[in-house]
Amino acid sequence: MKPGAKLKSAVCDAEVIVIRGSDVVVECGGVAMALDRPAERAAINPAFAGGTLLGKRYVDAAGTVELLCVKPGQGSLSIGGAPLDVKAAKPLPSSD
Amino acid sequence: MNISLILQMAADADPERIGLVCDGRRWSYGALHRAARGAAKAFATSDCTHVALLDESSEAAAIALFGAAMAGIPYVPLNYRLADADLAALLGRIAPAFVIGDADRAARLSPEQGHTIVSRAGFIVEAERLADTEGELDEPTEPIAVQIFTSGTTAAPKAALLRHTNLLAYILGTVEFGSAAPEEAAQVCVPPYHIAGIAALLSSIYATRRILLLPAFDPDAWLTLAASERATSAFLVPTMLGRIIARMDVVRRETGVAPDLSALQAIAYGGGRMPLELIEHALELFPQTGFTNAYGLTETSSTIALLGPEEHRAAFRSADPAIRARLASVGRPLPTVEIEIRDADGLALPPGASGEIYVRGDQVSGEYRERRALDAEGWFPTRDAGWLDEEGYLFLGGRADDVIVRGGENISPGEIEDVLRTHAAIADAAAVGVPSVEWGEAVCVAVVARPGHDLPSPDALRNLIKERLRSSRVPERILAVDALPHNEMGKLLRREVRKLFSGGSQGPTH
Repeated sequence: MKPGAKLKSAVCDAEVIVIRGSDVVVECGGVAMALDRPAERAAINPAFAGGTLLGKRYVDAAGTVELLCVKPGQGSLSIGGAPLDVKAAKPLPSSD
Repeated sequence: MNISLILQMAADADPERIGLVCDGRRWSYGALHRAARGAAKAFATSDCTHVALLDESSEAAAIALFGAAMAGIPYVPLNYRLADADLAALLGRIAPAFVIGDADRAARLSPEQGHTIVSRAGFIVEAERLADTEGELDEPTEPIAVQIFTSGTTAAPKAALLRHTNLLAYILGTVEFGSAAPEEAAQVCVPPYHIAGIAALLSSIYATRRILLLPAFDPDAWLTLAASERATSAFLVPTMLGRIIARMDVVRRETGVAPDLSALQAIAYGGGRMPLELIEHALELFPQTGFTNAYGLTETSSTIALLGPEEHRAAFRSADPAIRARLASVGRPLPTVEIEIRDADGLALPPGASGEIYVRGDQVSGEYRERRALDAEGWFPTRDAGWLDEEGYLFLGGRADDVIVRGGENISPGEIEDVLRTHAAIADAAAVGVPSVEWGEAVCVAVVARPGHDLPSPDALRNLIKERLRSSRVPERILAVDALPHNEMGKLLRREVRKLFSGGSQGPTH
């Protein structure tokens, strides 16, 4: 994976775009995401079934990976089994 | 990465929600997305290399912008105010294009360039019809999302290129997806060929904030739309804000009732210098409204620095001159961009020192069809002059090209103008360099009297500048004018001011 790539969940409809980070395997619902969705859905791991929300940005603890959810799904995101967190929004006043 | 994602996400999140209102028609995100898909099919089968808009603001601008992105073709909004010859030259540079808008004019100006030309109404009908036809679009690979021709003051207009990655970096860095409350509505009246017009569409759709499009600015039309649609925010150039306030005064006097702006929570402004007394008047007139000053360029995908609502009120209330002065600043850089002030040799300058503004960040393209203007470290020279204060607030000093070089000394026109504008009898002022045998360039100043005031004598103005600045800043000539020349976005046209001083007498005109 690299910035700009769109990763698709193997267990649900979720899709994310890579904002930051390279060469790590992102999982959704406990199963590795890929550029293409498999023909048959894999089973969701109940430990990673909290859901991924449209428009939210997800980051790892080290802050080296950032993903934008562009399609929501039932699976939740992790890297190497470590769950990703929703990045807190720092609202700016609209200037447009 | 493709900006069509912005509309796709809004349509996925809430397809029935109204995203855009124009000329009475209400477009849901779903309807806009369908029309953009249909437009993309029309573009993809036309063999065009560019999608051009030659029109005022309307839903066609949004549909063409996102449709072009889906088709992987650069979108080129053209300035319909250009003279025929200039517009014909630009049409030639983007041929063959899919041209939407003033079909008669486009056909007349570029009859044999292979353009596909459609009217606005024809385009909308065709886009909605094609949305339901068979056939999928190929995954777009074109990296350029938008091409905007700069105004070209000295040479032919440059074709500034904004990549999908630049525009998305700006939106993702400044807007939280779906963050707008249901009642939020942003009134947009900047022309579609201006970067602020593009940014307004992208930002509001990503925030799922309803857009109220006003095709052409007029104070009465603006006030009527804001009242009837209960606009909660608006972007204005300073000239427009001045005209709205003046019109409100007239309406209040004539009818005894002030126009209803009770829903208006926020006004953002930019695109030209805001006179200090105008923003002070506006802060008094709209005590509950949050004001945001935005500074940005076409080449930086819109805003790179902003002065927010709390900073406006803090500066307005402050007795500390350094804090009070920030009302005339453009605020601080966005968290996602870096700003540096550099001297003529390219060395970074400390706070307080004036030089050229350099900017770096993912939203900064700094790229033209003809060349890249970024340096090896990714910094873009804006050609704007300015300085930073100790807290990082950015103050603009005009275009770097406008710096007056008198006897080897660099003089920013802004510092002279700021001093003159502090005089109670002066509404506006412009300082320019005019060729001089003795000095290389001589400082010349055009001033506009405030209504009901007499201009001070030339000597009084010279003394004011001498006391506040240095003797080298004292103008050789001072000219009284009824108004300064501005373009439609409120930008001062210094080349026109310079013409006022060409061929005249050598002594003070005023």
